[in-house]
Amino acid sequence: MTGSLAGPSIWSRMMSGQTGPVCVVLIALFALWYVGAIFMNAPTQIDKYTRADQTWTTSQLIEDTLAQERPILPAPHQVAEEMYKTIFATKITSKRSLVYHSWVTLSSTLLGFGIGTILGIVLAVGIVHVMTLEKSLMPWVISSQTIPILAIAPMIIVVLGAIGIKGVVPKAVISTYLCFFPVTISMVKGLRSPQVIQLDLMRTYNASKWQTFWQLRLPSAMPYLFASLKVAIAISLVGAIVGELPTGAQAGLGARLLAGSYYGQTIQIWSALLTAAFVAAMMVVIVGWLERRVLARMGVKP
Amino acid sequence: MNQMKLDKFCLVGAIAALLALIFPLAGVDLDTGKQVAFVGDIPGLAIAMALCVIAGAAFTWIGVRSVLSGTVLLAVAVFGCWQAVSTLYDHGVAGYAGTGFWLFIISLWAFVWRGIDVIANYRSLETAKQQTANVIVPVAFGMWLLFVWEVLVAGFGVPQVLLPPPSMIGVRFVTSTDVMAADFYQTFVKAVLSGYVLGCGSAFVMAIAVDRVPFLKRGLLPLGNMVSALPIIGVAPIMVMWFGFDWQSKAAVIVIMTFFPMLVNTVTGLNAAGKLERDLMATYASGYWSTLFRLRLPAAMPFVFNALKINSTLALIGAIVAEFFGTPIVGMGFRISTEVGRMNIDMVWAEIALAALAGTAFYGAVAYIERKATSWHPSFRVRRH
Amino acid sequence: MTLKEVVNNVASMPASKDAVVDIKNLSLTFQTADGPVYALSDVDLTINEGDFVSFIGPSGCGKTTLLRVIADLERATGGDISINGVSPEQARENRAYGYVFQAPALLPWRSIERNVTLPLEIMEISKEERIKRAHDALKLVELNGFEKKFPWQLSGGMQQRASIARALSFDADLLLMDEPFGALDEIVRDHLNEQLLKLWARTNKTVAFVTHSIPEAVYLSTKIVVMSPRPGRIIDVIETDFPRDRSLDIRETPEFLEIAHRVREGLRAGHSNDE
Repeated sequence: MTGSLAGPSIWSRMMSGQTGPVCVVLIALFALWYVGAIFMNAPTQIDKYTRADQTWTTSQLIEDTLAQERPILPAPHQVAEEMYKTIFATKITSKRSLVYHSWVTLSSTLLGFGIGTILGIVLAVGIVHVMTLEKSLMPWVISSQTIPILAIAPMIIVVLGAIGIKGVVPKAVISTYLCFFPVTISMVKGLRSPQVIQLDLMRTYNASKWQTFWQLRLPSAMPYLFASLKVAIAISLVGAIVGELPTGAQAGLGARLLAGSYYGQTIQIWSALLTAAFVAAMMVVIVGWLERRVLARMGVKP
Repeated sequence: MNQMKLDKFCLVGAIAALLALIFPLAGVDLDTGKQVAFVGDIPGLAIAMALCVIAGAAFTWIGVRSVLSGTVLLAVAVFGCWQAVSTLYDHGVAGYAGTGFWLFIISLWAFVWRGIDVIANYRSLETAKQQTANVIVPVAFGMWLLFVWEVLVAGFGVPQVLLPPPSMIGVRFVTSTDVMAADFYQTFVKAVLSGYVLGCGSAFVMAIAVDRVPFLKRGLLPLGNMVSALPIIGVAPIMVMWFGFDWQSKAAVIVIMTFFPMLVNTVTGLNAAGKLERDLMATYASGYWSTLFRLRLPAAMPFVFNALKINSTLALIGAIVAEFFGTPIVGMGFRISTEVGRMNIDMVWAEIALAALAGTAFYGAVAYIERKATSWHPSFRVRRH
Repeated sequence: MTLKEVVNNVASMPASKDAVVDIKNLSLTFQTADGPVYALSDVDLTINEGDFVSFIGPSGCGKTTLLRVIADLERATGGDISINGVSPEQARENRAYGYVFQAPALLPWRSIERNVTLPLEIMEISKEERIKRAHDALKLVELNGFEKKFPWQLSGGMQQRASIARALSFDADLLLMDEPFGALDEIVRDHLNEQLLKLWARTNKTVAFVTHSIPEAVYLSTKIVVMSPRPGRIIDVIETDFPRDRSLDIRETPEFLEIAHRVREGLRAGHSNDE
């Protein structure tokens, strides 16, 4: 507190905002991870020592637990090393490159996301404008949210494979299926969000249905659309990853997870998992950035 | 007022039914080279088509205005649907359906749509009547979709390994209840419920603890929000490795999946109480726990229930997908992946129907409790108009 | 339907040549689960060209509903109404009136200028013309210089002025205002009242103005319509003869106080009926 005449220091500003606490929590998580790695890997390590009739010290034990080949919980630096190796040190065309696998997953994610979003918006427009569609279709759209849709993923892959459709498309179908529900529901809400007074205003101008749609309903729905797009892109990635499981580990992040679990390659699983998390985070960040751009152009209060 | 307005849907229905009587009902049998069936040989179908022509023509003229006329249309359509299905299966048209048959289906579609349309636009001041109408519409629509599925699959003779008709799935569902009960017990009762209770419960306690430390709150909330966008389901192989093939590993996946939505929502909810109300509690010199139980937790309930509802879906997904990574030889996810491998697609669909039922019932139960517990919330107030 | 309307219109046309709004025997009943609500009953009223008519009464007296019937935002269930000799629906289709709501109802994603040009865009008027008219309308409400600002950057009073400019932009002869200054504080409201009067004097528009403030009604109007609830009906119509360009000072004059007194008496009489 002393000497803070020139206002709060950078440090205290960081700590009173979000950045500081988030960093502290992240550091704590890493520390916890290391401790966990030591304790979880220690039994097998001690087992190994006893079998080799080797004497060991605590520091040696810690060192060895953090450097096992197939640890129960790999240490962060092991995962980081593996990620560096498979992302930067491998040619991206190689089957060992995580960039290659990420791209495989990402391409079906984006394809599914695109189709699903368009489908969702079209459906929402229909539901908002046709009373019968709303009453008959909307209850099903809502209740379909409660169904574990991912369960049909293997079937879609195998059935589409049986009629000769393979590769990106079946996974994109799953992603499409997953992401059009949140988009539809949000867009219905958004297209309905104009206040009565605003709709009355359009009526006093004798505006047509389409004019009301373009001038009032669609702009009002933008915040809702972006909120649902964030959910949709995330769930779309999950769909693509799960869609890669039944094909028996050919390519993609999901395949890396499955292959890792077949062969007990924990480091591989963790690096695939962290890469997937990174890709998901990037997608959400991009959608968020787009949202800010669009809303700023629309003059929404920052 | 005197201007005659023809009902377009009924007109389409009548014309399509009329054409259905003229065009060939079914294709040619590949072995015998003869037509499979004629309308003339199937009196039930002929009556149904004639009825459609008459009803369609009549309603084209007088218009479909009342619920009664809509119901009459639907009744004609239901009779038609029944005759169409019986034609497919009892007269060997399955796989050989021709132009006449499909025209008849188009005619039925026009009637069903018009009938549902009338009931959907029904307005009554009596809540009971209005609610009945609101239930009939989606149910009728759903039945129609099932019928279309059945007729398309059977009529075109789609191989059962691609898409079985709903009737076949229904039969499979009923005949393999013992297998499905075992799967349900393994996946839902053991894994989902235990994981759900543990995940939601621990996150709730954690949220109350975190709420007392503003520093932690600021650190955890953004991370928690971010985590909800990550493909957490990917931890499934790790959990299977750590906790074994049985339900414990699935429960562990569910705990992780449900933890963050609950944490974030509860922490947000605990801050939902207004400043005014908090100041009021302060004027009563109410202590932390007293304020927590009297004001902040009740105010947080809508948020908590929101998380509980989200988690009910996540939990089932988590359990099923985790079973794709390894499981004992029972469980819904296991059944789906193995039966897909054996190309028993009807069993897969039956299992998906079970998952859908379980998911909807689970969600419905949570929503019911929410309704009872937070009936004061504006979203549950009865709307007047 | 249409035939009946035509007959009615023909019948009502010769009534008064410069009657902008002509209402006869109008009633409006809402059906609700708790039984019918008589929002308007037996309303007779003529608004002439150039009039400034205020509707005053307690909440639930149907003053806003009446305005909405004139604007074709509600449909009457009985009686006759014509705007410029045609039905409200036709009047709306002809864009015969500008409507100002209780709240500014500006679209938050449009700048002030683009908000004002919104009705012109819907009427498919060319861009240069739109900009020119928006400029003129904003000048009338003294908001020139704020064209590029977004609604949230303006105070409540300025937002309401922008919404008035929007109603003025397409130059309809009839202005319908539904408690436009109800949410503003006294000082801002006085100022806007003054501006509104000037604008009315300058443009010679016909104004129908809903309010629940007695001084506002008396200060602004040439004709005050006092209404009462359950059923919503007119209980008194008071003509005033203040000059068209009046200042706030007239509120101290005995004539003003006398009329205000009469309005208050009317309101009280309407109230005692159902208590």
